[in-house]
Amino acid sequence: MDLDKFKVHGEPLIYGAMVSIALATIGILVGLTYFKKWGYLWREWLTTVDHKKIGVMYILAALLMLFRGGVDAIMMRLQTAAPEMKFLDAQHYNEVFTTHGLIMILFMAMPFIIGLMNVIIPLQIGARDVAFPRLNAVSFWLFFMGAMLLNISFVIGGSPDAGWSAYFPLASLEFSPTVGNNYYSLALQISGIGTLITGVNFIVTILKMRAPGMTLMKMPMFTWSVLITNVIIVFAFPVLTVALALMMFDRLFGSQFFTMANGGMDMLWANLFWVWGHPEVYIVILPAFGIYSEIIATFSKKNLYGYTSMVFSMVIISLLSFLVWAHHFYTMGQGVMVNSFFSITTMAIAVPTGVKIFNWLFTLRKGRITFTTPMLYTLAFIPIFTIGGVTGVMLAMASADYQYHNTMFLVAHFHYVLIPGAVFAVIAGFHYWFPKVFGFRLNERLGKHAFWWIIISFNVTFFPLFFLGLMGMTRRMYTYSEESGFGPLNMLSFVGAVGLAIGFVILVYNIYWSTRYMPRDTTSDPWDGRTLEWATPSPIPAYNFAVVPNVKTRDAFWAAKQDNVPLFEDKITKIHLPNNTGKPFILGVIFFFLGFFLVFSMWIPAIVAGVGVIIMLAAMSFDRDHGFYVPAEEVIATEKKLRGETV
Amino acid sequence: MKKKGPLYALFLSLLFILPGCSSLSVLNPKGPAARTLSDTIILSILVMAGVLAVVYILYIFVLVKYRAKKSNEGYIPEHEEGNKVLEAIWIIIPIIIVAFLSVVTVKSTHAVENVATEYKDQDPLVIYASSSNWKWHFSYPEEGIETVNYVNIPVHRAVEFRLYSFGTITSFWVPQLAGQKYAMSDMITELNLSADTVGSYIGKNSNFSGKGFAHMEFETLVMTDKDYQDWVKEVKETAPALTEEEFKGLLAAEVLGRKTYSSTHLTFSPPPGDHNEHMSGNGSEMDMENGGMEHEDNKEIHPSPEPSSQTEFDSVPNPEVNEPLPSSPVEETTN
Repeated sequence: MDLDKFKVHGEPLIYGAMVSIALATIGILVGLTYFKKWGYLWREWLTTVDHKKIGVMYILAALLMLFRGGVDAIMMRLQTAAPEMKFLDAQHYNEVFTTHGLIMILFMAMPFIIGLMNVIIPLQIGARDVAFPRLNAVSFWLFFMGAMLLNISFVIGGSPDAGWSAYFPLASLEFSPTVGNNYYSLALQISGIGTLITGVNFIVTILKMRAPGMTLMKMPMFTWSVLITNVIIVFAFPVLTVALALMMFDRLFGSQFFTMANGGMDMLWANLFWVWGHPEVYIVILPAFGIYSEIIATFSKKNLYGYTSMVFSMVIISLLSFLVWAHHFYTMGQGVMVNSFFSITTMAIAVPTGVKIFNWLFTLRKGRITFTTPMLYTLAFIPIFTIGGVTGVMLAMASADYQYHNTMFLVAHFHYVLIPGAVFAVIAGFHYWFPKVFGFRLNERLGKHAFWWIIISFNVTFFPLFFLGLMGMTRRMYTYSEESGFGPLNMLSFVGAVGLAIGFVILVYNIYWSTRYMPRDTTSDPWDGRTLEWATPSPIPAYNFAVVPNVKTRDAFWAAKQDNVPLFEDKITKIHLPNNTGKPFILGVIFFFLGFFLVFSMWIPAIVAGVGVIIMLAAMSFDRDHGFYVPAEEVIATEKKLRGETV
Repeated sequence: MKKKGPLYALFLSLLFILPGCSSLSVLNPKGPAARTLSDTIILSILVMAGVLAVVYILYIFVLVKYRAKKSNEGYIPEHEEGNKVLEAIWIIIPIIIVAFLSVVTVKSTHAVENVATEYKDQDPLVIYASSSNWKWHFSYPEEGIETVNYVNIPVHRAVEFRLYSFGTITSFWVPQLAGQKYAMSDMITELNLSADTVGSYIGKNSNFSGKGFAHMEFETLVMTDKDYQDWVKEVKETAPALTEEEFKGLLAAEVLGRKTYSSTHLTFSPPPGDHNEHMSGNGSEMDMENGGMEHEDNKEIHPSPEPSSQTEFDSVPNPEVNEPLPSSPVEETTN
């Protein structure tokens, strides 16, 4: 076997990364053994099928990935901070921006949102769990193993280096001979399957498991946004699955789907990629709209303005998201007619998005607005995202895009959309729902410090990029000359990136500080919430609701508090729960090895792992585990304890 | 509470735009195509600034007026379902804006995809621009010369670039003269460009294409007609001919400086989208649908060698462009 394939060319940075990964792994293993936590870890986390714990694991993984992608971002901004920088070489820079894009979209934004929806959706619809709890665990472990597979690429064999869009023929074996793009096809494939399963799971959960009385038009807005998102997932991800499979055949087995020789078509990749890739953007943005809707309503103490038009605008956005993919390659010579069609469909998305912005502003109107940390992120989202939106319309104009395409203007635009649209949303949601899950709030003062660092630095980082684009700076350049005049604005952008990093460090410090020192809540409803998740005690018992609520209006919990509408009318009875299982975790681990062996074309171990996958799938389908019942007396005792009454 | 970040950013943007955008090459056009695009961009910025202003005014008003303060303690806002008239307003006005911008887009896209009106009566100068690894080859079939990494064009003259690639997808872009267009290996895309001012303009590949991408720049030198003729003459007299051997060496090199030759590679290495190659392959339907390609008219300028095996369709002498062409291999064999 050729061991050279595993080596990454020597650079102090990469050796540093290897050493730190090794030390961290050893540290975790030693720590777990020393504190005798292996059993706890296995029983409570690795084998769990509880949607809340799976959600927490998703969010933890996403936070880790946020820092991995953030370090990539800082390295890029540092490398381009001044002309002719010698910090990274071209190959290393290419790997860094490729993995930055992949990790931030697929392994940070999406899992963070899936994590929040795992924690909150069953609570918001008054359900005891998701429709398929074990499948949910499979989803998580596939996502997690895919993420890990991509992450080890940096130190074993080399990361993908053809951009996150991996255009062919650049991503083909001929022009990218390292194993980097093998990692791309396999890591994305494995986590993509997990995401697809999540999509199915949540559609069924939301359609089938709502509390009695909760009609579709009485669902909270976050639930609506998640339902629509999962419909998009189920339509879009199969395209990615097929595209990645063809890519894998091209790279591992010498087929020629996307190469230039023998009738392959490089444009086919671009089309398949963006048929998935554009809806993907809305997969991370729509739930954010849902989160903001909840937070705005809560902290202005008003119901959401124009609920119906909010729902329809999301449905229309989701439909249009499938009709705009060719705007990613206006410059491919597709002619005036095609470009015009895609220009108009793309600009049309601005209309439903505008509806949402105005509805939020009118929700605030006549409210009583309190400026808590989650609300601050939400309020900052409106003006910043609007800049992203209007520049989106500018980019949508095909002719003008001939000048913006592939430039820093585009980079500025999508950061102006994705950071307020997805990152601020998950941070806001994180602060908002944190007390529900853990029973105490995050510190407000530290939260606001982090907020101001992040908001100001964000604008310092990304606003200059609009001008760099108009000056003619293309994206993905690892260096530029002094005469180009790109230096000063890039330096400004680097300063902003450092500020952003400080903001995120404060945010994490806040989690640590609050865990140690914040007083524990006993109210279970710290924000005076409106939706059902605030009706359970905090921390939430495994069964969520002792009695399934009866919903009569929108914002059911608010109505229960304000107008004394009874929410829980039935008696407590025994509750059915699923048993924990280690099989999803084991399946994930085997998938990880299957992916790893395929990346390096190690056929015999790969076949063994493939058989292992089939055995695990068979074992899981013949499983006859019907779960268990929690007796009514135990439920009553738990409820009393959690609600602060003495038994 | 005001969000200072975006307001500050907006102010900064005005500071940058107002003094005349001399360093913003996209908004400093030197030719009709780039001018159309620059006008479109400025118009869209103005319209969008209007949209931003409306949102920002409403936003600041709402946040100042309805924030929680001592005086409204205990106030519980009433239930408000929405308002059909208001919601209709913020659906219809954006539709009008989008419709207006759509018209602008279609018109300007059409304008830049064709020869600029002021040069309509000219026969455009055809230059093939092809990329390989991280360099550009410019072939002048009419003059029979070829350059690497620089291109000279006469001022006030319609130029038609025909773009293709010997490898990865690249994007040909001279920001001050025209918007960009992709160069791909399996077909030719076209870019119309002309310059009004003599001068040197930076051109580049704007689509990421691997390690040497950052260095893939070329100079576009716009010269008077006389200077151009002199330059062509000088090249023909002094530069060496481009042999197939030499060209293979050029393709294999990663990054190169400037080179000049007194013959083109088109003679021995025909560009894609050429009639012979494409009609005999199975990619024919695809190319027919693509508006940017004209297989027929470049054939006369530089006939490519006869293919070893002719299909039935190839034996038809010089089909007219408008003649219906077979749309599938099945149809082809039954002809």
